[in-house]
Order: sequence, then C-alpha cells, then structure tokens
Amino acid sequence: MTASGTADRMTRLLALVPYLTARPQGVPLAEAARDFGVPERQLRRDLDLLWMCGLPGYGPGDLIDLAFEGDRVRVTFTAGMVRPLRLTTDEAVALIVALRTLLELPGLAEGEAVSRALAKVSAAAGHAAEVTPVALSVDAREQALAVVREALERRRALHLHYYVPTRDERTERTVDPMRLLFVDGHWYLEAWCRRAEGVRLFRLDRVDDVVVLDEPAAPPPQATERDIDNGVYQPEPDAPVVRLRLARPARWVADYYPVEQATPVEDPPGGLAVVLRTAELAWARRLVASLGGAAVVDEPPELAAQVAVDARAALARYGGDEQHRGR
Amino acid sequence: MAAKRAERLVNLVIALLGTRQYVTAARIRATVPGYEQDDGSERADEAFKRMFERDKAELREMGVPLETGRTSAFDTEDGYRIARAEYELPEITLTGEEAAAVGLALRLWESAQLAGAAHSALVKLKAAGIDVDTSRAIPLQPRLDAGEPAFEACYAAARDRRLLEFDYRRPDEDTPARRHVQPWGVVAWHGRWYLVGLDLDRQAPRVFRLSRVVGAPAVKGAPGAFEPPADVDLASVVAGQVTGEEQLVVVRARPGTAVGLRRHAIPLGGADDGSGTVEDRLELRTTEPQALADQLAAYGPDVVVESPREIRDAVITRLTRLAAMDGAA
Repeated sequence: MTASGTADRMTRLLALVPYLTARPQGVPLAEAARDFGVPERQLRRDLDLLWMCGLPGYGPGDLIDLAFEGDRVRVTFTAGMVRPLRLTTDEAVALIVALRTLLELPGLAEGEAVSRALAKVSAAAGHAAEVTPVALSVDAREQALAVVREALERRRALHLHYYVPTRDERTERTVDPMRLLFVDGHWYLEAWCRRAEGVRLFRLDRVDDVVVLDEPAAPPPQATERDIDNGVYQPEPDAPVVRLRLARPARWVADYYPVEQATPVEDPPGGLAVVLRTAELAWARRLVASLGGAAVVDEPPELAAQVAVDARAALARYGGDEQHRGR
Repeated sequence: MAAKRAERLVNLVIALLGTRQYVTAARIRATVPGYEQDDGSERADEAFKRMFERDKAELREMGVPLETGRTSAFDTEDGYRIARAEYELPEITLTGEEAAAVGLALRLWESAQLAGAAHSALVKLKAAGIDVDTSRAIPLQPRLDAGEPAFEACYAAARDRRLLEFDYRRPDEDTPARRHVQPWGVVAWHGRWYLVGLDLDRQAPRVFRLSRVVGAPAVKGAPGAFEPPADVDLASVVAGQVTGEEQLVVVRARPGTAVGLRRHAIPLGGADDGSGTVEDRLELRTTEPQALADQLAAYGPDVVVESPREIRDAVITRLTRLAAMDGAA
C-alpha cells in the first residue's frame, strides 16, 4: 500500500546494488537519484550505508565495494546482491492493472508494445500476479483522445467545437494544447484558448469535430498549469451566492462542485445545506431543475421562482390530463 | 528509519542469501552486526528476541521469502535462510517501447491509492536493468479519486481473500445496514470506486459504492477464506449493475434549444407543435432512464417527451415537484 518511509528505504537499499550491477559502466549520481525518485544527498547516504554492509566476516573482502569516478558510481563487489527482490502482490497489482488499463486506451500507447509488456511483467511477477483485486475502468470511447494526443506529441494547435454545459451552447475555438488530464473518470485537455485568452480545461466528451492544425502549439508564457488537487472546478470567490438544501439523492452536488460550506440539516431528513457561488444563474437554474425537487433553494429567491415558472410552462405543454397523471 | 536498523536488515538479508544452511537465531546474533550481544543476562536475551522478531516481521512484510527449518536431523533448533531463487526477481527484458508503456501506465497511480506500490515496482524494474524513460511520455496527468477511506480495507481484504463486514447506506434508506461480503475486488468506474463481491446475506453478487460505506470496514477471519469465481470480470460486473438495458426515447425540442441533448441525438425531422411552430423530433438512447429524465426536466418548456410512456411520466413527476418550488402552485 502506501509505502512508509521505512519500507521505502529498504526497497531502495536492496535495489541499489542490483541497479548498479546491471549498469557495469557506472551511473552518474544525479541520474541514479532521479531513477530512485530521491534527492542526491539521500542517495549518497544510502550508498554510504551500503558500504558498511556485506557478508559475515565483514572484512575488506566481504563488504560491498563501490567505486566513485568523478560524478559516476559503480559497484565492484556485490556481496551476492545481484538481482532485485521479487515483486510484492501490491506491486504486481499496480503494474498489471495499470497496463491493462492502458491497453483499453487506444491512442495513448502502441497496443502491441503494451500487450508484450503485460505478458513479460506477469511472467516475472509469478505468484504475485495471480490475484488482481483491482480494476480501473476508463472511458475509452473518447474519439477526441487520439487526436488530442497526436497534437500534444507533434506540438500542434487544435481547432475544435466545445459544448459548454453551463450555458448549453456550442462554441468554436482554436487552442494551444498543454497537457492531458484524467481526473475522476473523465479526460480533460488543458490548453491555452485563443478566444478566451486564458488557460481552459476541455472535457473530452464535450469536444466535437476536433482537428490538428498545421501551425505549432504556442501557449504564451502566462499559460501555467492549473492545480487540480481540489478538483477541476475553480471556485468563483466574488460571484453571487446560491444557497441550497440538498436532500439525500442530491448530496453528490457537494462532492462534485466546489461548495463553500456544507452543513448537515434535518429538513429535508439527512439533508445538507450548501453554499455555491456562480455568475451563471442559468446554470444554477438547470442544476436545480435537474435535481427534480431534491434540492430546495434558499437563496436567491428568484432562482426558485424561475425554476417553478419554467416547470409550469413545461407542464402546460404536456396538457392538463397529463399533469393529473403525473401526480 | 534509523540507519542502524537499515544496516542490520541489509546485513541480515545478505547473510541469509549467502547460505544454503539454515542459520540459527543464536548464530545470527553472534555474526550479524547490530544485535544486542549475549552477556549472559536475561535482559539482553529479551532485547535480542524482540529485535529479531521485529526484523523478521519487517522482512516478511516486504516480501522477503524467509524460510525456517533444519539443515540436518541433528540440529536441535530451527534456523533461517533465504532461498535465492525465491528471493530474486526473474529475468525480464523490455524493449524501449515496452518500457515506455510501463512508465506511462504507472502514472495512472500518481497520487492515487497504489502510488507507493507503483513506485517500488518501478524501482525494482530499474534495478533489473530496465531503463524506463518517463521523459518521452506525453504530458499526461491522471488522477483517481484518492479520498476514499474505505479503499484500503476493501482492497486488502480482496487481495488476501478475507471476509469483510461494513455498514452500508443506500441513498433511499435512512439507516445503514450491516453487510457481510466475500470481497472479489475494487473497481474504479466513471471516476468512482466500487466493491464487487458475494453478499453473504443475499447469497448473490453485489456492487457497493465505497463512498456509501459508513465507518471503517472490518476485515474478518483467515486469509484464503474463499475463491472468487474463475474469470470474473470486475469492471463488467459493475457496468452491468450500474447500467441497465438501452432504451429508445423520442422527444420534441424547440428550434435552437437543447444544444447538449442534440449532440447525442438522431434527428427525426420536424413536427408542428400545434401553434404553427415547427419543432425538431429527436431520437435518444439511454441506459439510465432516471438520469435522462433529470436532464430532460431541466430543459423546461424547450423539450417535451413523446415516448416511451415511463420516461414521459418520470419527467412530468419531476416538473410537478419543481412547479411547487416557489409556493405559488
């Protein structure tokens, strides 16, 4: 599972000598540190420690021996540590599940190579590969994925149509791709939007008619990657307040959109009072309407009124007898 | 970890890898540096025993195959050794392309549940001589829903095939109910985590959403308590339970409205709405009729459902509730 510092260091210590053994010409310290994902000074501490280890007897001929030449290090005596430790079940699961997932994602990696890697890793994992208690299901149907990937690889601009759900409208843009994100089950393209003159996230299932342009992708210097640790929706701190009380079937709203407060309430039973901020009242109206009565609007009052007026107009279209049946 | 302990553990691994004989605890104490030495006192014996037990547990936890046994019938106590063939990662060579695929695949776990295991797997592959070049990968930043407190217990129970007990609250129920499950595995599906397993109370396979598990799940009993059905495809079990059969839905939309709906619709031509306005008839497909009804109701008077009856009624029910929201109805 999440490796503690202890397990992490032991894994590294047992892997370092085999790592150097596999590279008899030696490795620059900085490169080795990068390969193990630690700062260079930590790697030096690890090597210092290994230098004190060896076969029983612990004389000069028994201890692990390393040679430093300039910034390179190589191993001259391994004390019998020539291969890394086998994969644990968790490691085998992490590898196999990830490769299987990649296999389902056409356009991200060469399928044949992924299959071969999967077969080789499974064979090397042995018993550890017998159980895979995890599966990741990623949406592979995104037509846009392969096109976006091509643009990123060739560093080209893209032309696309984008559906904006908050306004229920289709827009046309030229963008400079920056990176591809997979967040909570959806693929996003992060790109500089030339029309909006800003960095935008485009959810791929809302992208239509995307084509790679001949011109290079050139995000301006002010185009910086967004921090997505708190989700992809950015709060709008100065936008008008919308207060909702969510009944249990609508509580997901608090997980999905940035809410400023979420307080449990008794009315409705098991409910949650939340504060959202948005400049798009039309979006809030559609959200509340899509919750079909599972959200009560406390603020602004005109939001509740609009939803109700719309609903009555819709009911009128279904005809009086239908209204009756609906109840 | 203290450098002293790390050093002792590395020396212990080297010593036990380097012998075919079983080595007794007393011999290990005398030869491997760092153990409390025998000074005849009970205190020193106790200290050594505690230390050695902790070290053995740590190595086994890491997956070091520590064997116990006796080399000959004349030995009076058990000794320890590490069989090299069991310890070492078998030979594995990957082409540049295959190694790049591994590098890219492991990024799926970045800052997600198995990030630690993915990292140590990568370290071991590199130590086996494989150069995994991650710089060639395209800029890809995957993120799985990491904040799922029930994941750890569910995953571990499925991995070790131990029984699982937890309180589970369905959205339509006010109080959680105790569930007893043989966990087959956990699945990330459309960004959410699910547990798939045999519900022992209902004696049928069930899918549980991890976010609806209340409190910490309890892992019960011995490992290897059950065997999941051969060839069970966890992802398709979840997909099958979460989605139903595909239904055809026909709606009428006012011109220029319901842009989002039209993206997945087949146009069926125009139809007069009775007042001279020509509307667009659209055919939709759905496996989640309730979710579609939510979406259709949100379009208000711009969209009217023609068929089927159930979805038309579901939309009317929603609209009726919404119409009462301002207290004027």
